[in-house]
Parts: sequence; C-alpha cells; structure tokens
Amino acid sequence: MTVTEQGLLERDKDTMTLNMGPQHPSTHGVFRVVLEMDGEVVLSAVPEIGYLHTGIEKSSENKRYVHVIPMTDRLDYLNPPGNNLAFCLTTEKLLQVEIPGRAQYIRVIMCELTRIASHLLWLGTHALDIGAMTVFLYAWREREMILDLNEMISGVRMMTSFIRIGGVAKDATPEWIQGTRKFIDYFPEKIDEYESLLTKNPIWMDRTQEVGVFSKEQALDWSFSGPCLRASGVDFDFRKKRPYSGYENFRFEVPVGKNGDIYDRYRCRIQEMRESREIIKQALDALPDDGYKIPDNKISLPPRNTLKTSMEALIHHFKLVSEGIKVPAGETYVPTEGPRGEVGFYIVSDGSNVPYRVKLRAPSFMASPGMCHMMTGHFIADVVGIIGSVDIVMGEVDR
Amino acid sequence: MGLIDSAVDTVESEIGHLKDNVKDVFDQLDYEAAGSVYDSILTTKLGKVVGWAQKNALWPATFGLACCAIEMMAMANSRWDAARFGAEVFRASPRQADLMIVSGRVSQKMAPILKQIYDQMPDPKWVMAMGACSSCGGIFNNYAIVQGVDRVVPVDVYVPGCPPGPEALLYGIIKLQEKILSEAGTGKAREKIA
Repeated sequence: MTVTEQGLLERDKDTMTLNMGPQHPSTHGVFRVVLEMDGEVVLSAVPEIGYLHTGIEKSSENKRYVHVIPMTDRLDYLNPPGNNLAFCLTTEKLLQVEIPGRAQYIRVIMCELTRIASHLLWLGTHALDIGAMTVFLYAWREREMILDLNEMISGVRMMTSFIRIGGVAKDATPEWIQGTRKFIDYFPEKIDEYESLLTKNPIWMDRTQEVGVFSKEQALDWSFSGPCLRASGVDFDFRKKRPYSGYENFRFEVPVGKNGDIYDRYRCRIQEMRESREIIKQALDALPDDGYKIPDNKISLPPRNTLKTSMEALIHHFKLVSEGIKVPAGETYVPTEGPRGEVGFYIVSDGSNVPYRVKLRAPSFMASPGMCHMMTGHFIADVVGIIGSVDIVMGEVDR
Repeated sequence: MGLIDSAVDTVESEIGHLKDNVKDVFDQLDYEAAGSVYDSILTTKLGKVVGWAQKNALWPATFGLACCAIEMMAMANSRWDAARFGAEVFRASPRQADLMIVSGRVSQKMAPILKQIYDQMPDPKWVMAMGACSSCGGIFNNYAIVQGVDRVVPVDVYVPGCPPGPEALLYGIIKLQEKILSEAGTGKAREKIA
C-alpha cells in the first residue's frame, strides 16, 4: 500500500478481498461488507444491503393509515415509539389537527424511554464487540426495566404500537407513572457504573480514540445525523432546532463531541441517556390533564361506554373501524430525532383512506455509505468497532 | 460423527444381530412383547443417555435476523438466563452449533444464505422458527418475505409471537429438549445423524 500526495491510499496488486457478513455476529443484523485488504489494512469497503428487505414501504400502500403503524414498529426495531411518532406526526400534519398536551407528553416519555433502551442496547453490544462482556449484562439489566414499563402501558415489550393518529392508545395509568418515576430515580447511578467500566478504561480508550474519525465537514458531506453527527462537533438536534410534540417545553442539553471518533460517539450517547432522563423527569412533573387523544371522532375512536347510548358514536365507531381515517390530499414530511438520527416519513395522500406513497428517511441507511468510507485505512480489527459506533439497524436500512 | 454416536451404532448393530437370533426362539411369543424387551432395555437406554447429553448442551448459532434477535439476546442475558437450560453458548460459526434459531423475517435474498448456514451445521441439528415471520410470514404477506422458513429448512419447534418474549422462547427451548429426549434412541434420531 502506498499513500499518494492527496493522502489517498493507492492499491497495490497483491490485495485480498474479504467478505464480512451477512451472518456475522458484529454486523448488528444482516449487513454485508466486502473489504479490499492489504494485509491488515482496509483499502476499500463496499456495503451490500437488502438481506432484510421486507417491502414495508410497498405494503403500506395497501394498508389504511392505522394499519401502517404496526409496520413502522418493525422498521427500526430498537425505536418503535419513535417510528410511530414520526408517522403519526406526519399524518396529523396532513389532517391538520392539534394533539392534547397529555398525549404529547406521554409520547415524549415513551420516546425518551425508548431512546435510553436503544442506547443501552447499543452500549452493550458495542462493548461486547470490542471485548467488554460485563457492560453487556449490566446494560441489559436496565433495558429490561424499560421493557417492563412498555409492557405495563401497552401490553407488549418491544413493538408497542402505542402512539396512534390523534393521540395515544390508552391513558397513562398511575402505576406506570409511578414505575417510570422509580426508574428515572434509579437510573443515573447506573450510567455512572457503565462509565466507571469504560470511560477511563485504557483498553477501551486505545480501541476507540482516534479510530473512525470523521470531521465536521465529512459528517455533513456523508449526511450523518443524530449522535454520529453531534460527535463530530455539529450542534444539531431536531428536538432543539425544530421542536415537535412539545419538546420546546423541556430544558435539556445537546451533547456535542469534538474529535468525531468512536470514543466521542460513545461519550455523546452516554450523555444523551442522562439528558433523556431529564426530559422524562420534566414531562412527568408537568404532565397535563387534558385527555390522551383528540375528541374528534372522525379520527379517534369514541369512548366505549357511549356506544350503547349514542347513535352518532356507534356510527363513528363503525366508520372508523370499517373504513379508516380519510386523509386530505397532499404531501408532507416531518423530521424527528430518533436514537440514530433523523427519522421521518414522507407521505403522499390522494385523499383516500390508504396512503398513496410512504417513504422513510432512515438514519442508518443514510449513514451506512459514510460508515464504509470511515473504514478505509483502518485495521481489520477496527471495522467491528466502527460498525458498532455508527449503530446501524438493518430493519430500517433495508425496510 | 462423534465417538459416542459410533459407539451407539456399534452396540445397536450388535443388538440387532442378537435380536434376529433370539427372534426365532421367541417366535411363539407375541412379537411386540419380545420386541419391547429389547427395545426398551438395551437399545433405547443408551440412545437416551446420548439424547440427554444433547438436550442439555444445545449450542445455538448466532444468527440474528431482525426484531426477534433482540429478544433472543434478552433470553441469553442475565434476567432470563438461558444458561439454566444449557442453551446459552451462542456460537459465531455455524460449524460449532447444533441449534439454529431463525429469529426474524427471512427475505428472498436471505433464504439461500440461511440454507447454506443450515448445511454448514454438523449433524444432529435442530431448527427453531422464532416469531410469526419465520413461522408463516407474519404481517408481511408480500413479495419480499419467505412465507415461513419451513419452506427452506425443516423446523422442529415454532414459537409464536411478534416478537415472542424471552419466556416464550425459553418455553420453546424446553419443548425442543423434550422432543430431543422423546426421539432419542428411535429411528428418527438415527436418521438425523445418518
């Protein structure tokens, strides 16, 4: 391998092509990357995706708006409420409805809990890839508590489908609120515990510092978003810059890194978990009491007990269940901040009860070419660390 | 084929010869009664010992596909702890594994790779279809998803759910263990290693 004047790596003849994935324990799903190797050094990395192509976007065109929500859960399966929220916000923008404060706050609490759960899973698996087993077990211990809270409010551990068009599926119970409070009181010392295992750990620092460096300009050029963008020093978070679902009411910091290496991405995500906890705390303290869904019965189901006394309620119920919501013609996009970056649905409506086109802007998909570019010039052992640090989820890459 | 398996085969063929010889003597007797004496006492007992060992040391292949893989990881983790049932040693190489948990939806593009991984696993091997998608296609009844992984590989246990909780998966593993033990020493178990 030789280095040209521009700092580019020039290929010699005797290189080796190495296949990694799709069945590889560290590719976080079924990601495949074809590496061109010169000894231990990666000369080029070419991603191949599509091993988890599910046809969700196409299937959405045959489903009513409400039926699309469970499919969005299975896109980025580490952030189901975030995907629900992105889809519902876009549909609600087309419908031009205002969501009650309580519903907005419940949505925020669920999304932030899931952000913590997603980051915990990332932390555990990323550390495991690099060789730290203990963090994996510790991080999952707290993740299980969040899944229990999910089960308490929605009945399901992961795929909640709880955020609906016009509000949320059910009201938050006092038990759930109490359980969430208990969790956020318990959680901060656990973050310190993870940090005590990793942050000053010399092996961890050697493996992560100055590895997979992306400058501010590179991160923007390769259209990174979320923690990866912020770790490179760009202070950009949709929750601050373009608030949605009541995020403007909360005080929180946006952690920004300096060097844009794996270590900074780790620090950013750890700090984000602390900030998410702050948001949940504020949302629980200021939880309004103005209903968990909009009263418009053309969009949300009427209360069950009115069905036997009110004829209109019965008609609305029947029409909603059998026909679904009719969304006015138009097209729109609402960006939201998921655990991996900008999540948003571009929805085109033709005025019927099924979407004409649903397009997902997936942060993992946008980040995967940049991630492969990041690998060039690094050792083969760092490839696993880089894949882990960008935190891709194949469900939303291939969708 | 391992040492135990070859030992089992030798003993079983010996017993087979013995049975043939003795069968003439017992011709007057009810065959079933005579057969059960030899089957239950000699052949089956050794097969059961092997089956017992196999069932308590299931080594799953690390083969996460989609959402269910997250719950599979939860099952292996501290709270649910699959180690209690001897099924926590996830192997990165299929050549070291004897259980394939198909955790998630199998796309048309993934199906040949799944088959290849299955073929790479040494006999005897078992397959669990985890979740609705790998059992029957689930909510994705479309062009992209294989409508049930049993179209590609033979499935031993189906675990329903979307995704199934870790407790459901553990229940599936216990059911698989029961199946291994009940098949031990029978023709079915011998077919697997043949």
